[in-house]
Formats: sequence, C-alpha cells, structure tokens
Amino acid sequence: MSSVDADLIRQSASVLAAAISEGEVSSLEVTKAHLARIAEVDERVHAFLQVTSEAALAAAELVDEKRRSGAKLGALAGVPIAVKDVLTMRGVPTTCGSKILEGWRPPYDSTVVARLRAADMVILGKTNMDEFAMGSSTEHSAYGPTHNPWDLTRIPGGSGGGSAASLAAFEAPLAIGTDTGGSIRQPAALTGTVGVKPTYGGVSRYGLVALASSLDQAGPCARSVLDAALLHSVIAGHDPRDSTSINAPVPDVVAAANRGDVRGLRIGLVKELGGAGYQVGVLQRFNEAVELLQGLGAEVVEVSCPNFEYALGAYYLILPAEASSNLARFDGMRYGLRAGDDGSNSVEQVMSISREAGFGAEVKRRIMLGTYALSSGYYDAYYGQAQKVRTLITRDFNAAFDKADVLISPTAPTTAFKIGEKVDDPLAMYLNDIATIPVNLAGNCAMSLPVGLAPADGLPVGLQIMAPPMADDRLYLVGSALESALTDKWGHLLIEEVPSL
Amino acid sequence: MSTNHETVPFEEAMTRYEPIIGLEVHVELGTNSKMFCSCSTTFGAAPNTQVCPVCLGLPGSMPVLNRVAVESTIRIGLALNCDIATWCRFARKNYFYPDMPKDYQVSQYDEPLCTNGWLDVTVATDEGPQVVRVEIERVHMEEDTGKLTHAGGATGRIHGADYSLVDYNRAGIPLIEIVTKTVIGTGSLAPAVARAYVTELRDVMRALGVSDVRMEEGSLRCDANLSINKPGEGWGTRSETKNVNSLRSVERAVHSEIERQAAVLDSGGRVIQETRHFQEDTGRSISGRSKEQAEDYRYFPEPDLVPIAPSLAWVEELRATLPEVPSVKRARLQETWGINEFELATLVNAGAVELVEASIAEGVDPAAARKWWTGELLRVANERGVELSELPVTVGQIARVEALIADGSLNDKLARQVFEGVLAGEGDVDLVIAQRGLAVVSDDGALLAAIDEALVAEPDVAEKIKSGKIQAAGAIVGAVMKTTKGQADAAKVRALLLERLGVSE
Repeated sequence: MSSVDADLIRQSASVLAAAISEGEVSSLEVTKAHLARIAEVDERVHAFLQVTSEAALAAAELVDEKRRSGAKLGALAGVPIAVKDVLTMRGVPTTCGSKILEGWRPPYDSTVVARLRAADMVILGKTNMDEFAMGSSTEHSAYGPTHNPWDLTRIPGGSGGGSAASLAAFEAPLAIGTDTGGSIRQPAALTGTVGVKPTYGGVSRYGLVALASSLDQAGPCARSVLDAALLHSVIAGHDPRDSTSINAPVPDVVAAANRGDVRGLRIGLVKELGGAGYQVGVLQRFNEAVELLQGLGAEVVEVSCPNFEYALGAYYLILPAEASSNLARFDGMRYGLRAGDDGSNSVEQVMSISREAGFGAEVKRRIMLGTYALSSGYYDAYYGQAQKVRTLITRDFNAAFDKADVLISPTAPTTAFKIGEKVDDPLAMYLNDIATIPVNLAGNCAMSLPVGLAPADGLPVGLQIMAPPMADDRLYLVGSALESALTDKWGHLLIEEVPSL
Repeated sequence: MSTNHETVPFEEAMTRYEPIIGLEVHVELGTNSKMFCSCSTTFGAAPNTQVCPVCLGLPGSMPVLNRVAVESTIRIGLALNCDIATWCRFARKNYFYPDMPKDYQVSQYDEPLCTNGWLDVTVATDEGPQVVRVEIERVHMEEDTGKLTHAGGATGRIHGADYSLVDYNRAGIPLIEIVTKTVIGTGSLAPAVARAYVTELRDVMRALGVSDVRMEEGSLRCDANLSINKPGEGWGTRSETKNVNSLRSVERAVHSEIERQAAVLDSGGRVIQETRHFQEDTGRSISGRSKEQAEDYRYFPEPDLVPIAPSLAWVEELRATLPEVPSVKRARLQETWGINEFELATLVNAGAVELVEASIAEGVDPAAARKWWTGELLRVANERGVELSELPVTVGQIARVEALIADGSLNDKLARQVFEGVLAGEGDVDLVIAQRGLAVVSDDGALLAAIDEALVAEPDVAEKIKSGKIQAAGAIVGAVMKTTKGQADAAKVRALLLERLGVSE
C-alpha cells in the first residue's frame, strides 16, 4: 500500500468529503484505497460479507464526473461507506448473517441505502453481523465471526461487529449499523469508535430486515462525533414508507457536533448503570470522563432509574416475541434456502426442514422463547407484563430527564472478550447489553464514544450518552465536547492507537 | 358416528331442536389500491402481476395503511349502527400457510374498529313479513391472503395435490370481517334469516359503494356457524360452514346443517367442532379441519403500524356521507310508487331500482318506467347476460320515448321498435325514428282512406258494427293498423271508424 493510500484510509469522512469536493483527491482514488485496504486485511478481520467493488468504483466515477460538471455535491459525496447486511440493497445479496437468506437478492433498496445513494456516497459492501442481529459478539454469524482490530483474538461486539470493525480496521471511514438492544453502541465501545442509536422513528426502517420492529433502529457508525453527525443527517428524516417514522424536522446534529459545548448542561449519572458487574478498568475510564465533563463546565447529578433492573428481562420477552413473528416468513417457500423439497414432503414439512436447516442455534432459541411468550394463556404473564415494564422504564427516563439534560453510563460492562469465551453461555452474552437496552425499550436516543483504554487489558472503553426522544442533537453536543477534550489530552483520537494489522 | 348422508328432514328436526346461528361475512373493499401498499386491486389480472415488496412480505418491507379502507370501514360500521373505536390497533395473527407472504396476517383482534351494531332484516312467514334484528358483534379490518390453486389430486384441495400454485395478487387486498352475535330464537326461520341477513348486508355495502359484493368472485364471502340444542338445554357444539358462494347457498347451508346435526344428535352422537365445506351440487357439506384443538394464533399488536384514532369530527364527516339505508329506501319507494312487495322484489332482483328512480326523476311515469326496465329491457339484458345498467339505453332515452308516446307521435309498438334500434346501436331515439320511419300516421285523410278500404273489404263486419255490435270494430282497426304498418294510433283509428259509420259507444 502506498503512503498516499495509507493516508486516505486514515482520514475522517469530513476531511475526505472536503478534499473530494475541492478536487484535491477523486472519489475513485479514495474508493480504490479502501478497496485495497479491504483486500489487504479483511481476510483477518472478516468485517465484510460482500464487497461490491465494481458498483463502488462505478459510483465513485459518477461522483467525480458530477463534481467536474460543476453539480452541487452533498456533505459526504464521494465518501465510501460500509452497510450492515441487514439493510436491503437492490440486486446485492442480503443475508442478515443467516444461511436461510443465502442467495437472496432484494429487488429494492432500503430507504437508508436510497438516501446514501442520493447523497452520492459510495457503498463498499455489506458487513458481517450476528444472525438476524441476535447477539453481542458477531460470533452468531452463519458466515464466521468478525475479529476485533484491537486484538484479532477478541470479538468486536455485536450484532454490528462487522460495521464497527470495518471502521477500526480503516476499511471504511463510515458505516451503517442497526441497534435493537445495543448493536451499534456496544460494538462502538469495544472497537474504540463512535456509534449512535437515533430516536426510534428518526431513521426509516423501510428495508431494514426486522428483528424486533418496536426496538430496531438504524444509525451512524464513525470514527469521530462529527463524522457520525454528518452521516446521521444524511439518513434521518421522515419516510412515508415507514408508518412509525416521525414526521418532524431532524434535530440539527451537525451544528451540535460543530459546537460541542457542555457548559451549564446537567449531566445525570444513572445510579443503576455501573458498579457491580462492571469491569474495574471500564469504571475507571468512565469516572475520569465524568470528571473531565465537570471540568468542562457540566453540572453532574446522580439520577435513579429503579426499573432499569427489569429491562433485560422485559427485553428478552419483547424481542423474541416480535422476532418469532418477523422471522416466520423465512419458510423456504418464496426465497432463500429451501430444504427437504424432494417430492416426499408436504408443504408444512418443507417449511419445517428449511427452517431447521437455515437458522442457527441462537435464532432458534429466541424464536422458541418468543413463540412461548405469545402463546395463549402465557401472553399476559410474559408479553403483557414486559410491556408494562417498558412503560415503567419510559417513566424512569422521563423523571430522570426532568433532573438532567442528558444521562450517561458506561456503554458496556466489559471490554472486548475473547472469541469463544461466552458463545455457549447465552445469559453471560445477554448481560453485555444491560446498559444499552433501556434506551431501546423507551425509544429515545443514545451515543457511545471512546473514553480511553482499560489499563488492565489495553482495550477500548465506551461511554454512553442518552438523550430524550428527538433530542439527538444533545448527544452530539456532549459527545463532541468530550471528544475534543480527550483529543486535547491524548493529542489524537483514540482510534489512532489501534495496532496496525 | 354419523356420515354425511344421514339427515333428519328439516321439518322433523325443528320439532325437537332449536338452531343458533352466527354469521361471519368477509367483504373485499373496492379500494383502488391494496390495504398496505399501492398495488392495484383489479380482479382477474395475470397471476402475480399486482405485487410489490410490501404485499409479497419481502424482508424489510413495511405496511402503510390505506386511508380509504379505514373510511370505508367506518362508514360500514356507521351503516350497521356500530360504535366506532376512538383508538384501536392492528394485530398480527400468526400461522404458517403458503398463501400468506409473511406467515402472519395483519388483522384486528381485541381492538376492532367497529363494535356493537345491528341490522334489521325482513323474512317472509305464513303470517306475513317478519322483521328480525340481527345484532353485530364487530366489524374489523384485515388483509386478504394469496390464492392457492391445487393441481392434480381428486379433491382440488391441498392434500393429495400434485403441486400447488399461488397467486399473490389478492394478498393485501383490504377485507372487512363482519361478525354477528349469536342469533337465537329464529326457529325454522333460521335458514331464511341467514339468507335475508347476507342479502341485506350486500345491499348495504352496495348502497355505500364500498365493494362490488360479488359472491361469485369472492368479494363477499360468508361463513355460517350453526349449532342446535333441545329446548331448555344448553347450547350445542357449533360447526362452521365455508365455501358458501351464493345467497341461495347461505339458506341451503344452514338448512342442511340443521338436518345433519339433528341426525348426529338423534343417533346419540356428538357434533364435532369443525370447519365444513359446502358443496353447491349436492347442497350438503363435507367435513374439513377439526377445530377441537383451538389453533393458537399468538396475536399481538402489529408493531409496524401506528394505532388508528379516528377523531369525532372525521367520524361525523363520514356519517354525513351515508346513503339512505336500503330497507328504509325500499319502504319509501314502495309507498311513493304505489307498488306491492312482489313488484318491489322484482325491481330489486333486476337491479332496476336506481334506474327506475332516475327515469322518474326525468319525468317518466312510475308505471311506465317500471314497465320498460323490468319488461322489454330486462329481457334483452338477460339475453345478453349483462346487468340492466350495462345496456346502451339511457334514462334520458326512456324519457324521450315516453314524451313522444304522450304527444301521440309514437305508440307502444313503435316505441319497442325504437328501443330495438337503440339497442342495436343505430343511434339515439330521434335518429332511429327518422331512419326507420317510425312516426305515427296522424293524417286523418290517410287514415279515413285506409278505413274505407277496410270496410269495403269486410262488408259483413261493417254491417255488424252499424247494427250495434261495436266489439266487431276491432277487426277493422286491426286491418287499418296492418295497412299502416302499425304506425297509426289505434284509439284514433277506432274513433274515426265509429264516426264514419255514425255509431256511438
């Protein structure tokens, strides 16, 4: 790899976009540099399930042509991006990390992908994920795990481990993730990158293959807060194709990221998210960040959200219930894998055999949990009860936001663990999302950004900022202020410390 | 254990048992686009040509509710005297079947849009017409499934078929399900009540303009639930008869199911809770899926859609668009047109009510309007196998012909010839008259010449008339009509003839 290429892949998206728009570098050069990087390292990282080189190069050339013709370009025009393989892209295989969708080429673009295209961004390919976004390590991908660029023997978090790892490995400057219980934020924390789960309804779910419809939300993944904001503003906004999409102006996240100011802001420490069960090094870096925020002029208050204790339990009823229904359509009848169709089996048997062959263990586990939770006679005790908990958690948030403008916590209880370490212990795996799940249940927004390396293992630690619904700009206001204070302290972004592969 | 062939004659069954019926009617709404996407709903298109990612349930696709479908449902609810929910949701009904793209159906479960209504229906009894109030439990919305065609095998059903084809054009078409409360105490009128209810419901839908309600095309489908019990005993186990594809079949299905269940109970057997399939040819039903083990549909609120919360203002706006209730309208017409029950039924069955009404509005005499639409024109419509309204005859043309008859320019016979020409596509009324030369001969001189000619030819008849046998005048009038090729006014010919012979009536 030439030094020019090496320079290009380490640049932020905002710098690349400016250089492309000024004609200092072409989108084609930038795209080629990233494709070369993918070719060089992805065998070891396995961030991508599909690299769409030809389409990417064609899209890059188109942007360059557009620029030469003097057309006005968007803020991220010509910048490459990786897309989690749970969003449909016309004509490109979309697997959701599952065997059951192998070979399926959607005939339509998801709204997120359509908006990336409309913004003249260059899509590099589809990133790895836990099967149907069920998992916190990307080990549940049917196509093999993704490796954390900070330590290839460790997981990059999940379910969006591929998107996060692609950023940390400098394979892409930006990525799209989806977050149902922390699948953007926890991988961001574990890879030293920035990830945002926008307000539910802030980004269209049309074309996002549903895991749990009432929790899923697509969002930006980046290496800096400003880059995340730029991407956020490209993908957010009302979409008539998604009935749950909010029809209101998108908060000005880019202005907030550019401003980065916490003076006079009340920051709430959530008492229930921290302490026992959290790694010492995680808490240490978190506490240092809190002090830093205080030093920047924020008022730090403690808030209590007593019902967060029940969040994990409620989540693991609501998510499997919705998933069991959302995943019913994968029955081998219309697309994807069909097994057992040898003329001896009935339709019902072929459906059953196909699902048995196509789904992995974690998916089956959750389908069974959800089917049970929705069953007649159990509905009230499980699904109904979980919905009540959800209401209580929303009330906890409302009360907390009366006392504080934003809330903060560690994003994940631990740093990245070893591949294989928790894969056979579902409960241990589920606990990774203990701090991120409440936000999905309540539908508000949150960001994870890196606040240092844990002293004991030298792995990234993430801090989570939570804001009220449709106050996504506050995430960027606080995140950007904290990021620049940390950058001042270290002399660079934390991601610069990632070992070269 | 009973077989399908063991039955107790209906009259006899009614001496020992009381029937309880419940009807579930599905109506396909006539919206232009489907319930959750913009695909066309036109019937009869080539298979799988009216589909998109949404109605195919492709991964990632999401539903967006059709506003017109909600409006239609609210209007139906209002017409059926229902309460309209101020807030309600869709639910997913989960079950695996290849005609369902998502393996769940978006429906409504415990929060239907309309509840608690009623519809009065009239049935004929030996003591005259009797009004029965059928109470409506709920009216809810759901999406239709695709249509399966099973090839090979003897029964045309999925079991034993060589292969099955599925057409998703129908998937996602908005369906309304109208469920009655149990209808008790109708006794031997039960089959007639069932038929009258579905008929009335069809007329209400038609008047609302929300559906074309064609049972043969499946845009109105009826499932008939029935149980019987001995007087004073608890309710029996019910069966649900499907595949009831005509109004007549509704009545026959209830009738035959009473006969079948009576035989089962008489022989000491037990009625099985099951789905039965009505057979048009035999008038009986055959056993289908058992419902002894209630299927668990794992309903839960559809998270991809937002709740429906119709404002009071919107509901009132829709209430203002309601047409006159068909039964009320019929009573009014019967009164103003001075016709009896039977004559009204003829008009209704011919689909002529609106046409007659419109003709009268154009100034046509009610009796004449009925005569044309249910006489000559209905005959032609039946011959051509089309609806009356599809004939190339307009209300305006009826009015024109009637005006010409009134001023003596046409007589009845000529008028028929005018319509013959119009129906044959020869043009408008006046053009047909001109081209066919269909004017009444009103020139007295010409008529008198023809009369004289006829009197000369029939001297005996002339004598008879002169001698006072006025009824003999018909023969001369007939002869004159013949020579004038029917283009004379017969009454005028008769008057001239009597004058000529100096005879008075």
